[in-house]
Amino acid sequence: MRRLKRKQGTNWFLTFVLILGCLTVLFPLYMTVIIAFKNPSEMTNDVAGALAPPSNWSFDNFAEAMKVTNFWSALANSLFISGITIVLSVLIHSIAGYVIGRNMRRKKGYKLVYFYIVSGMFVPFAILMMPLVKETAQIGLANPIGVILLYLVFYMPMNVMLYSGYLKNIPLAMEEAAEIDGASTWKTYWTVIFPMMKPMHATVAVLTALGTWNDVMTPLVIMSGSENTTLPLAQLNFQTQFGTNYNLAFASYLLSLIPILIFYVVCQKQIIGGVANGAVKG
Amino acid sequence: MKSGRRLSSKSRTYLGMLIPVVILFFAFNTLPLIIGAFYSFTNYRGYGSWDFVGLRNYFDLFTDSRVWNSYLFTFKYAIVGTILVNVISLLMGLALNSKIRFKSTLRGIYFVPNILGGLIVGYIFSFIFTYIIPAVGETFNIEWIQNSILADERFAWIGVLIVGVWQAVAMNTIIYISGLQTIPEDVYEASRIDGAGKFLTFRKITLPLLMPFISINLVLSTKNMLMVFDQIMSLTKGGPAQSTESISYLIYRNGMDGGQFGFQSANAVIFFILIVTISVIQMRMTGKKEEQL
Repeated sequence: MRRLKRKQGTNWFLTFVLILGCLTVLFPLYMTVIIAFKNPSEMTNDVAGALAPPSNWSFDNFAEAMKVTNFWSALANSLFISGITIVLSVLIHSIAGYVIGRNMRRKKGYKLVYFYIVSGMFVPFAILMMPLVKETAQIGLANPIGVILLYLVFYMPMNVMLYSGYLKNIPLAMEEAAEIDGASTWKTYWTVIFPMMKPMHATVAVLTALGTWNDVMTPLVIMSGSENTTLPLAQLNFQTQFGTNYNLAFASYLLSLIPILIFYVVCQKQIIGGVANGAVKG
Repeated sequence: MKSGRRLSSKSRTYLGMLIPVVILFFAFNTLPLIIGAFYSFTNYRGYGSWDFVGLRNYFDLFTDSRVWNSYLFTFKYAIVGTILVNVISLLMGLALNSKIRFKSTLRGIYFVPNILGGLIVGYIFSFIFTYIIPAVGETFNIEWIQNSILADERFAWIGVLIVGVWQAVAMNTIIYISGLQTIPEDVYEASRIDGAGKFLTFRKITLPLLMPFISINLVLSTKNMLMVFDQIMSLTKGGPAQSTESISYLIYRNGMDGGQFGFQSANAVIFFILIVTISVIQMRMTGKKEEQL
């Protein structure tokens, strides 16, 4: 068997094709970087004008873009919204997933709740959008807190499904042992179950992070009345005001891409693993 | 008696944990859904007074050419997109799972489009379509690419499609790769010993065992593509001449600012029913294929 496997060595042709194919991913990024560093006067009307490296690498565009888009405030809002959403998702959705997952095979009511929540996956934002704008405005939630609450609801179907599915891997005996020792259900959950769901926490965190960080629609309609923006929203506002200065625009795009790219480079394994894990378990 | 009380305290804890979550879900998912459905029977403009109009909004939907256009565009986009995304990402998955060098680096690079936001990706591609490609056309005298694809009523949707596919392939490829990794090597080994060629092995072994993942990917990508919004917002804003106006975008545009709260709510209700129906049909169909194994 070993020998059979070894017979077909590295497929260099395919490797070459795949490396070449990376251009489809890297070219738009390369272009973004190049234009972001250029001076508007260097942007001539031919291909070289846009794609040749700048004569001198200047950070002026970035400084200007930061000022115009109020970058730090948008970044802070994005970090706040995504960060709190991730933490609360892991805490709250795991509890819901646990309670539902442990009871749904024995009790009909819990099974009903499971299907009720999971079916939320098929509700498009378009139908909730208009009523939600009214609802959040009425109760004073037309702000980042409101967006966080909505995310907690929007990601609940997927996350509850993932958590309750993962629970099958955790034997009931674990909880029973803790309960015989006199621990309450609440305490058992936090000391025994929650730590054991760690791989699923990573998956949920990654999927929720990718979804919330890049989301435009929810903050756009919910926070439209307030001064707050998120990174994607800042780009949208920027575009309507200063869309014609491409160098400034691309500096701004690049700025808003950098945080997630850094996150990706640092946690690439966890991110790809998390996405794959979500699909397999889901 | 004692054990009975303990059990009830346990279920009380369970309920105490679950009920707040269900209330939250109800408040921001089910309630707005009901409110939306309610307003779909009114002539509410988003402000001011309103009256019940019965099913008139629903009848009007069928005669509104702008609504029809948005459905035509969205479905054309979603069908072609889903097919392209799944064919490309299945091929990518097979390639990235075969005996190649730099495997993890390549997988890492090909996943990048998925982590970037649709809005900004749209802006970047908008520049490519509007300036880079026409400039290339001019340099090499290729006439048909000298004008921006996004400015052409007939082809603008293809521009949106390219961007949508570019992003979606990244995600689906990873799912196909993880699916391919669940197929044990000895199944291939056995088929090789039986003398099956590459194509036969793919059709008889890989494809059936991959069915659950094809199912997930089909449902996911159809749903995401039907809900297309960000790319429209950054690439075309529905234009030119409303040729790329997606359903979500139309509901947003006219429902939020256009004074069509009631009418677009009816549109959203139909859209919701369609999405549920399509997802259920897809899961049934692919589910049946799984059983045949």
